[in-house]
Amino acid sequence: MPELSPADWQAIEVTLRLCFYTTLILLVIATPIAWWLSSGQSAARIAVQAIVALPLVLPPTVLGFYLLIVLGPRGAVGGTLESLGLHHLAFTFEGILIASVLYSMPFAVQPLTEAFGNLGRRPAEVASSLGAGLIDRFVTVTLPLTRGGFVVAATLTFAHTLGEFGVILMLGGSIPGETRVLSVLIYDHAEAMNYEAAHRLSLMLLIFAFFTLFVVYGLTRRFKVARV
Amino acid sequence: MTLAIRARLKRSDFELDVDIDLPPGGVTSLFGRSGCGKTTLLRIMAGLEKVRDAEVRFGDQVWQQGKHFVPLHQRRIGIVFQEHSLLPHLSVRGNLLYGYKRTPASLRRLHLSGVTDMLGIADLLDRPIDRLSGGQRQRVSLGRALLTSPQLLLLDEPLSALDTRNRREVMPFLSRLAAESGVPIVMVTHSPDEVERLADRVVFMEAGRISSVESLQQTLRRTDSPLFADKGTVCVLAGRVLPGQADGLIRFGNEHLQFLIEDPGPHGMPTRVRIHSSDVAIARHRIGDVSVVNQLPVIVERIEAFRPGRILVAGKLRDGQILTAEITEHSCRRLGLGNGQLVHALIRSVTLLD
Repeated sequence: MPELSPADWQAIEVTLRLCFYTTLILLVIATPIAWWLSSGQSAARIAVQAIVALPLVLPPTVLGFYLLIVLGPRGAVGGTLESLGLHHLAFTFEGILIASVLYSMPFAVQPLTEAFGNLGRRPAEVASSLGAGLIDRFVTVTLPLTRGGFVVAATLTFAHTLGEFGVILMLGGSIPGETRVLSVLIYDHAEAMNYEAAHRLSLMLLIFAFFTLFVVYGLTRRFKVARV
Repeated sequence: MTLAIRARLKRSDFELDVDIDLPPGGVTSLFGRSGCGKTTLLRIMAGLEKVRDAEVRFGDQVWQQGKHFVPLHQRRIGIVFQEHSLLPHLSVRGNLLYGYKRTPASLRRLHLSGVTDMLGIADLLDRPIDRLSGGQRQRVSLGRALLTSPQLLLLDEPLSALDTRNRREVMPFLSRLAAESGVPIVMVTHSPDEVERLADRVVFMEAGRISSVESLQQTLRRTDSPLFADKGTVCVLAGRVLPGQADGLIRFGNEHLQFLIEDPGPHGMPTRVRIHSSDVAIARHRIGDVSVVNQLPVIVERIEAFRPGRILVAGKLRDGQILTAEITEHSCRRLGLGNGQLVHALIRSVTLLD
C-alpha cells in the first residue's frame, strides 16, 4: 500500500483538529442544554429538543446553505464581522467548526439528556442540602455518576464530525489546510479518478467508524447493566 | 427560631395554599394522606420546589420573598429523603463527610465521632454503600445530614421505604436524635405510630391545606383526631424506664406512677408508651383477683360520646397525664360515671415506644 501523500496528511490534521474542537465545544454547550431538557416536560423543552435533533433529518445541504447565507459576507453574522473589520466565516475553519457544532449537536445532547434523566434530580438535591453549590455538585456528584453518558456523547460527537461531508462542502468548500477534511478529500480524489487514494482514506475511515461504534455500544451496554 | 411559610401553588391536578408559623424547637410532624401536599410543603421549606407565590422565613433569615431566593445550599438545612439517597460513588465515610467538609469550621457543632456513636454507625465507616441494609442506609443519611450542623432538619417519610425490621432498627436512633441533637425537626409522615413516637406537635394537612396545628397532647385528647382514623383512639404517656425488673416485666413511669411492661428485649431509652383506649377498662374499685397487671387510679375529667354506643372516658392520672378509656354507653350508665369521680383504670396492654 503506497504512502499517504502530504495532502492526505494535511486533510487528516484538519479533520482531527475539527473533531477535537467540535467535541470540546459541544460537551460544554450540550451539558446545560441536556440538563434543562431532562428536567421537565414543558412545550418549550419539546421545541428545543426538536430543534437540536433537526440535523438528524435535514439534508446536510439545507443546514450548509443557511449557514452559508448567515455566515457569509452579506449574512447577519458574516456581515457584522466584516463591518467590524474582521473576516466573514464562509470558507474558513471557524465557519466549518460552527457548522460541525450545530450538525453534531444531537449526538452530544441526546446521550447526556438520557444520562441525566436516568440519574434523576435526587443526587444533586442531596448535594445541595449538604452545602454544595451548582459547580461543586456538578463536578463532585453529577459528573462522576454520569461519566458513561459523557464518554458516549464525546465519542459519538467525534465520530459523527469525522463523517461530515455535505455541510462542509456547502459552507467550506475544499481549501487545503483550512476546510478540506478527509471526507471532502475522498470526494476530490474520486472526482479526479484517483481511486487508489480515495480507497486508502475510505478504508481508514471505515475501520475507524466501526471501531468507534463498537466501543460506544459496548459502553452503553455496560453502563445500562451497571445501573440496575 | 420560628419557621414561617406562606405559599400558594396551583397545578392542573393539585392546589396548595398554606400559611403557617411553626414554633421553634422539637419535632413537628406534617401529617396527612398521600397527595395532601405535605412533601411539597417540605420541599418549599427546603427551596427545592420553586414556587413563585411563596414566602419562607426562618427566625430572622428571609429564605424566600418576592424575587429574593436563598438556594438550598446556603440555607443550612439537613434533609433525609424517603428512599435510599446515599451518593453511590462515595463510601459511608465519604457520604458522612461530604457535607461536613462544606460546613465552615466555625459553624460545626457536631463531629464525626459523636454522630457515628449516636447513630451506631461507627463500624460501618469503610463499607461500600451497596453492602448496607436499608436501616443502616437511613442511619447514615441521618448522620450525613447532622454533620452539616444544620439549623433545621427536614425528614421526608424517612422510614416509609423500610420493612418492619429495619424500621424498628432506625426508630430508636431517630428518637434519640430528636432528643439529643438540639436541632428542630420537621418530619413528613402518614404513620400515626411515628407521630406518637416522635412528634411534639402535629400539622394536619388535607387536600393542599392545613386543617389544624396541635400539640401531640392536644390532638390525643380529641376523639376525632385524624391520627385515630385507622386504628382508633390511643394515648401516649411520657416517662422513662425505671430500674429493676421481675418476672420478665420492666418498670416504666416516674415517681408518681408506674407501669409494668413485658420486657421487649434490648431497647434504647424510650420516653413514651402508647395505650389503646380500647385496651383500658374502668372499675369503681380496685380489683384484687384479676390478670391485668396495671391498675391505676384516675380522676374522671371528661366523658364524651364519640361513636354510636361508645363512650370515651378521659381521666387524670396521679402525675397529671391523661389516660383515655373506650367503654360502652351501657357500662358508663351502669357504673354511674361522672366528672371528678375517682375510678380505677385497668390497662390490658402497654406498648413501649422505642
